[in-house]
Amino acid sequence: MTMMGTDVLADGVVLWRRGGFVEDRWARIGDEDALPPEGAVIVTLARWQDLRRSDAPGAWEVGVALAAGDDVREIAADLPRLALITLDFPKFTDGRSYSAARLLRERYGFAGELRATGEVLLDQIPFMRRCGFDSFAISHEPTRRALADGRLTDVPIYLQPVSERGEVPVGTRPWLRHRA
Amino acid sequence: MYRYDEFDRAFVEARVAQFADQVRRRQAGELTEEEFKPLRLMNGVYLQLHAYMLRIAIPYGTLSSRQMRTLAHIARTYDRGYGHFTTRQNLQFNWPRLEDIPEVLKELASVEMHAIQTSGNCIRNVTADHFAGAAADEVADPRIYAEIVRQWSSLHPEFSFLPRKFKVAVTGAATDRAAIRTHDIGMEIRRGDDGGLGFRVFVGGGQGRTPMMAHEINPFVAERYLLAYLEAILRVYNRWGRRDNKYKARIKILVHERGIESFRTEVEEEFAALRDGALDLPADERERIAAYFVPPEFETLPVEAGRLSRAIAANREFGDWIERNMHPHRMPGYASVTISLKPVGGVPGDATAEQMEAVADIAERYAFSEIRVSHEQNLVLPHVRKNDLPEIYGRLQEAGLATGNVGLITDIIACPGLDYCALANARSIPIAQQLSERFADPARQREVGDLAIKISGCINACGHHHVGHIGILGVDRKGEEFYQITLGGSPAEDAAIGEIVGKGFSAGEVVDAVETIVDTYVALRQSPDESFLGAYRRVGEAPFKEALYGG
Ligand code: SF4
Repeated sequence: MTMMGTDVLADGVVLWRRGGFVEDRWARIGDEDALPPEGAVIVTLARWQDLRRSDAPGAWEVGVALAAGDDVREIAADLPRLALITLDFPKFTDGRSYSAARLLRERYGFAGELRATGEVLLDQIPFMRRCGFDSFAISHEPTRRALADGRLTDVPIYLQPVSERGEVPVGTRPWLRHRA
Repeated sequence: MYRYDEFDRAFVEARVAQFADQVRRRQAGELTEEEFKPLRLMNGVYLQLHAYMLRIAIPYGTLSSRQMRTLAHIARTYDRGYGHFTTRQNLQFNWPRLEDIPEVLKELASVEMHAIQTSGNCIRNVTADHFAGAAADEVADPRIYAEIVRQWSSLHPEFSFLPRKFKVAVTGAATDRAAIRTHDIGMEIRRGDDGGLGFRVFVGGGQGRTPMMAHEINPFVAERYLLAYLEAILRVYNRWGRRDNKYKARIKILVHERGIESFRTEVEEEFAALRDGALDLPADERERIAAYFVPPEFETLPVEAGRLSRAIAANREFGDWIERNMHPHRMPGYASVTISLKPVGGVPGDATAEQMEAVADIAERYAFSEIRVSHEQNLVLPHVRKNDLPEIYGRLQEAGLATGNVGLITDIIACPGLDYCALANARSIPIAQQLSERFADPARQREVGDLAIKISGCINACGHHHVGHIGILGVDRKGEEFYQITLGGSPAEDAAIGEIVGKGFSAGEVVDAVETIVDTYVALRQSPDESFLGAYRRVGEAPFKEALYGG
C-alpha cells in the first residue's frame, strides 16, 4: 500500500489521522541541530524555552515535543504560538500523556494538532482520540497494516464526558456519550 | 439491582466483539504476547501456572439468581465444574481455554455480566459492603455510588494505563464492612452538616509489599462532586505516580512520598478546575440509578419470629448456625444470612456448579433472587424472612453449604497460592485446609470466638494477610515453602497492619504454630468476651513470642 509515494507498511514512522495516512510536513529538530531558516519545526521543551526567550522573530511554525514526564503547565501560556504539540508514549503502558492531552485540550484550550508519538498501538488509538489526539506517528507494523485495512476497533459508547469533538451526549446519564 | 439499558448493552457487546478480535489477532500472531497482555488483562484474562484464568466482575458483589445460574453453566461447560469467589467480590475460573473466552464473555453478556477491568493497571471492579441495602446501620446504599463509579471508570480513556492497578471501595455505614482503609480510594457515605449526602474520602491504602492504611483526604465531598473528586485524584496519580519501579507504583507510595498535605493540595487544585462541569452528578440522575436499588417489597412482619425461635430451641446445630451466620436487618422480621464457603477441609471460596445452582434456587424461593459475594469469600442472602431460615438451612445442608462458622477461626481467607498462581512462593489452600481440620470441633471454635486467619501465597497479599488477626504469608526460603506469621491486623474501622511475630515456619510447622498462638490467647484473655484482637492489643506480642520460640 502506498500513500503519496510512501509505503506505509515499510519500516519507519508514518503519520495517520482519521481518514487515512498523511504526509508529515513537520521536521524534528534535535537540541544540537541547527534550525532551518524557515518551515515547520518540532523542538523539545528545553529548546522551545530558549527560543521563546530570544527576541529573533522566527520564520518558523513551531511545534513542541513533550516527553511523558514533562509538565504541560510549563507551556500553557505559550499555546497560542504553537501549531503542534507531540506527546510521547515511551511505552504503550505509560499512560501519562493521556492526562497531558486532556489538560491541553480541556483546561488550556489548545486547538492545534496534538500528535501521539512513541509506542502507538492499534488498541490504544481510540483512547488517545478521546483524550484529544488527532494525529498518530506509528512505527508498529501490524498497527499500520490494521489501519490500512480500516480495522480500528472501538467501543462506540462512552461513559465519560471528555471534550472530544466527535462525541455527543445520549440518554439521560450526564456522562454518557456516543460517537456522532 | 442495576439493569442494563440499551447503551449498557451496546457497550458490553461492542467490548466483547473487540476482545474477540484481539484474541483472533493474538492467535494470528499479529499481537505479541507482550502487546496482548494488557488487552487480555483489561478483560480479566490472566496467564497462570497451568492455564489461563478468567476473572469475572461481580460489581459490588451483587448477583441475581439468573446470573448465578449462568455462572454455574459456565463452570460446567467451560471449566471443571467449579469456580472460586475471591476477596475482591469477583469470581475466577481457573481452567478456561483462550479460544473459548470470547464465547464465555458472550454468555456473561446475556445476563449483564462481564470481565471488564478485573485486572490490569486500571480502575478495578468497585467493591461495597455485602450487606448493602439491608444493614440496620446504613446511611445510604453504597451500591448506587459503586455503580456510578463503575460506569465512569469503564474504559476510561485517560485512566486505562495507570502506573498500577487501582481499587475503590464504598461503605454505607460507619462500621466498615468493605475494608475501605486498605484501598487506593475508600469512601464512607455520611451526611454533611446540611443533612445532604456525601463521602468521607480516604486515599492511599493498600496491602502488598508495603502495606499502608489510607489517609483521610477529605472529610466530606458532597455527592454531586463524587466523579469530579475521583477524577482529580486519579489525574494527579496518573501524572505523578511512579513508573520506574512496579513495587513503588501504587498511589500509596505517591501519597507517602509527597505527604498527604501536599497531595491533598494538588488534588484540591485539580478538583477546583473540574467541579461544576460535565462530571457533576445531578440529583435526578442519582435518583434514576438509585431506583435500580430500591429494596424489594418487604412484608410488615412482627419483630418476634416464632418459628425461628422454636427451631433454634429444637436444634442445637441450627441454633449455632443462626448465631454465627445471621446478621441484623433493618426491617422487622427479616435478616441477612451468610452462606459460608468454608467447610472444614474445603477450599475457601470455592463453589461447585451444583452449589451455585442450589444457592440460586434458594435465593429465588426465599430471598427475592438476590445474592451477594462478601470479601471474606462467602455468599450472602441479604433479605430473608427470619421464619424461613429453618427451611433455608435445610436446603443449604443438602447442598453442603450449611457451615455455621462465620467470623470463627475456620472462616479463613486464602488466596489461590501456588496451586494456581504464577506469582506464588508457597501454597495457601492446603494450609487453610489443614487449619480448618485442626480446629474442626465446633465447640472449640465457639470457645475461641471471633478470629480471622488470612493467608497469602506471596507478598502481593491477595489473601489480605496484613489485616488478619492472624496473618500467614508464604515466602520462599532457599526453594522451600515457608510461612511468616503476623499478629494484630484488622481491616475494619479499627484498621491495623499486623506485626511479624518472629522467624517463619515450614509447611509442616505452621499449623502447630497457629494452634500455639490460639491456645496462648485463650489462656491469657481476661474473659471469653475479650477478643483475640483486644487481648493482643492489651498484652502485645511478648507472650506469643515466648510461647512460639521460648525464652
Ligand atoms: S497473594 Fe501472591 S500467591 Fe496469592 S494470589 Fe496473590 S499473587 Fe498469587
